[in-house]
Amino acid sequence: MGRTLAEKVWSDHIVHEGDGLPDLLYIDMHLVHEVTSPQAFDGLRATGRPLRRPDLTIATEDHNIPTVDVDKPIADPISRIQVETLRKNCEEFGVTLFPLGDLEQGIVHVVGPQMGLTQPGMTIVCGDSHTSTHGAFGALAFGIGTSEVEHVMATQTLPLKPFKTMAINFEGELPLGVSAKDLILAVIAHIGTGGGQGYVLEYRGEAIKGLSMEGRMTICNMSIEAGARAGMIAPDATTFEFIKGKPHAPRGEDWTTALSYWETLVTDPDAKFDKEITIDASSLRPFVTWGTNPGQGLPLDQAVPDPQSFSDPVERKAVENALAYMGLVPGQPLKEIAVDTVFLGSCTNGRIEDLRAAANVIKNRKVAQGVRLLVVPGSTRVRIEAEHEGLDKIFLDAGAEWRGAGCSMCLAMNPDKLTPGERSASTSNRNFEGRQGPGGRTHLVSPEVAAATAVRGTLSDPTDLVEV
Amino acid sequence: MDAFTVHTGTAAPLHRSNVDTDQIIPAEYLKRITRHGFEDALFASWRKDPEFVLNLPQYEGASILIAGPDFGTGSSREHAVWALQDYGFKVILSSRFADIFRGNSGKGGLLTAVIPQDAIEKLWEITELSPSAPVTVDLQALTVTAGDYRCEFEVDEYVRWRLLEGLDDIGITLEHSEAISEFEKNRPSFKPVLK
Ligand code: SF4
Repeated sequence: MGRTLAEKVWSDHIVHEGDGLPDLLYIDMHLVHEVTSPQAFDGLRATGRPLRRPDLTIATEDHNIPTVDVDKPIADPISRIQVETLRKNCEEFGVTLFPLGDLEQGIVHVVGPQMGLTQPGMTIVCGDSHTSTHGAFGALAFGIGTSEVEHVMATQTLPLKPFKTMAINFEGELPLGVSAKDLILAVIAHIGTGGGQGYVLEYRGEAIKGLSMEGRMTICNMSIEAGARAGMIAPDATTFEFIKGKPHAPRGEDWTTALSYWETLVTDPDAKFDKEITIDASSLRPFVTWGTNPGQGLPLDQAVPDPQSFSDPVERKAVENALAYMGLVPGQPLKEIAVDTVFLGSCTNGRIEDLRAAANVIKNRKVAQGVRLLVVPGSTRVRIEAEHEGLDKIFLDAGAEWRGAGCSMCLAMNPDKLTPGERSASTSNRNFEGRQGPGGRTHLVSPEVAAATAVRGTLSDPTDLVEV
Repeated sequence: MDAFTVHTGTAAPLHRSNVDTDQIIPAEYLKRITRHGFEDALFASWRKDPEFVLNLPQYEGASILIAGPDFGTGSSREHAVWALQDYGFKVILSSRFADIFRGNSGKGGLLTAVIPQDAIEKLWEITELSPSAPVTVDLQALTVTAGDYRCEFEVDEYVRWRLLEGLDDIGITLEHSEAISEFEKNRPSFKPVLK
């Protein structure tokens, strides 16, 4: 019988078959950042174990760093210690690190792909749940906890039970004005935050094939928000084109060998998924979340739902809690919700194409009075590329803040935070209570919706804007 | 890691579904570089509410948490497990756990036992009527017992074995060192390597 893409990558990495116990899987690339690694490095020291493959390990500073005054020492002493600890650990264990101020610094999931370190058929892990991003290249990539970080450091492997596979088939093409973000938000609303639990999701169909690598990364990124271990998309010409010429892309004969291997990384026609669902892509519209988990979303042209319309009591309670926290009333049109802050960035939507899409909407327009638009490129390279294209000027002319690269207000570990009660439209991936600052309220949106919202001051899509 | 066989303690009912790891421990507390000392961080923002279950005197000292479905969603932060353990929890009961959280719990020796939502509701009821009633979670027998009530729970077989034996994962894997070296010899040269 044929095999799925995920099964092919899995079986190519088995070091030792589990026979009922988990398989021991080889890890091709381990990405490290300052927040989930210090205790793992400590563990190595405590047990006297060496880091097995520093040459398959790469570190960057992203979660905890400021996005202004990046040439000065970090003001928050606890953040500074954490970042300095990463520097010391990388030095001690021989790990390549891209520190603040380095051209290659940025959010770990933006850095890997832009350096060509993310390639089809690889196993990639990181102490970060959004490692699923790298699945856009046909890699099996997933987030791990700190104990597993230590495990990979010590052994370059992980004992894992095979994941189940789920195909998400899209029928038809994405309508104009509907982005990858809208598509994945719709998927999560459809299957729920636990719907993908235990599965690797493979996104398939014309709507996926038509997407750029940036769009595919946006989708795979949020697989974890549906509870899935990983998301994958079969590599194709778009993938190969993206990788070609990147600093760590294979060259010469290696490129030819790699390509012929990568081309085999598709689900066989007779392969069987454990589960398949089909979604009509052509019916999708711009999407936004109204609640406090990423599954609580609706098309932007709808209204805040009524808890009474949910028959399941657990779900009804969750909706009531969410509306109370978000300060929303049932029946309120989503487009009438006014925001204080718009955050454009994160590993979901902080890539060059995302900035272009938002700049395109905001060009020759102004950010609404009283609204703050924060633009945080996903990496320093993205920032420089955007500045080359003049995107920084477009944002600054509109009245936005143009920042250095990092996670920033996606999780508010650095000074970029919402204040209690403040409301944001955010291109990031989590609308959990307090995620963007204690008491902050988050609506997840696409870059285009973020830009239109910044201009109108209420949740909006670009078609709501008057011509300029 | 200490072995886990049977645990008896009091239980706190947490009437929430989708308890994400940002709620279990907000990002602000992740700046610390230690593995312990996170008890103050557990549910930091909910604990500001005097009515929050862990603030109620009758649930003081609870070591079992009974939660709604989809516990531990979101971020992979293992700090969530450490915070629960530092606070004193040994067992979390829910009808569904997020995968990464469940994996992290297994590594750290926190038992995540899966029981159906109706059993959760029954236990909520019991622990509300008598907060000081002891609840016993038996990893050998795979049962949860509270007074006359008893139900079976599910846990990953491998995790169960490791918890019962108190085994260190890395130690187990290092027994396969030769197989790892053998695998490395055959890795294709086109795969990216740093330096
Ligand atoms: S941008 Fe947000 S989701 Fe992505 S790695 Fe950083 S904190 Fe995590």
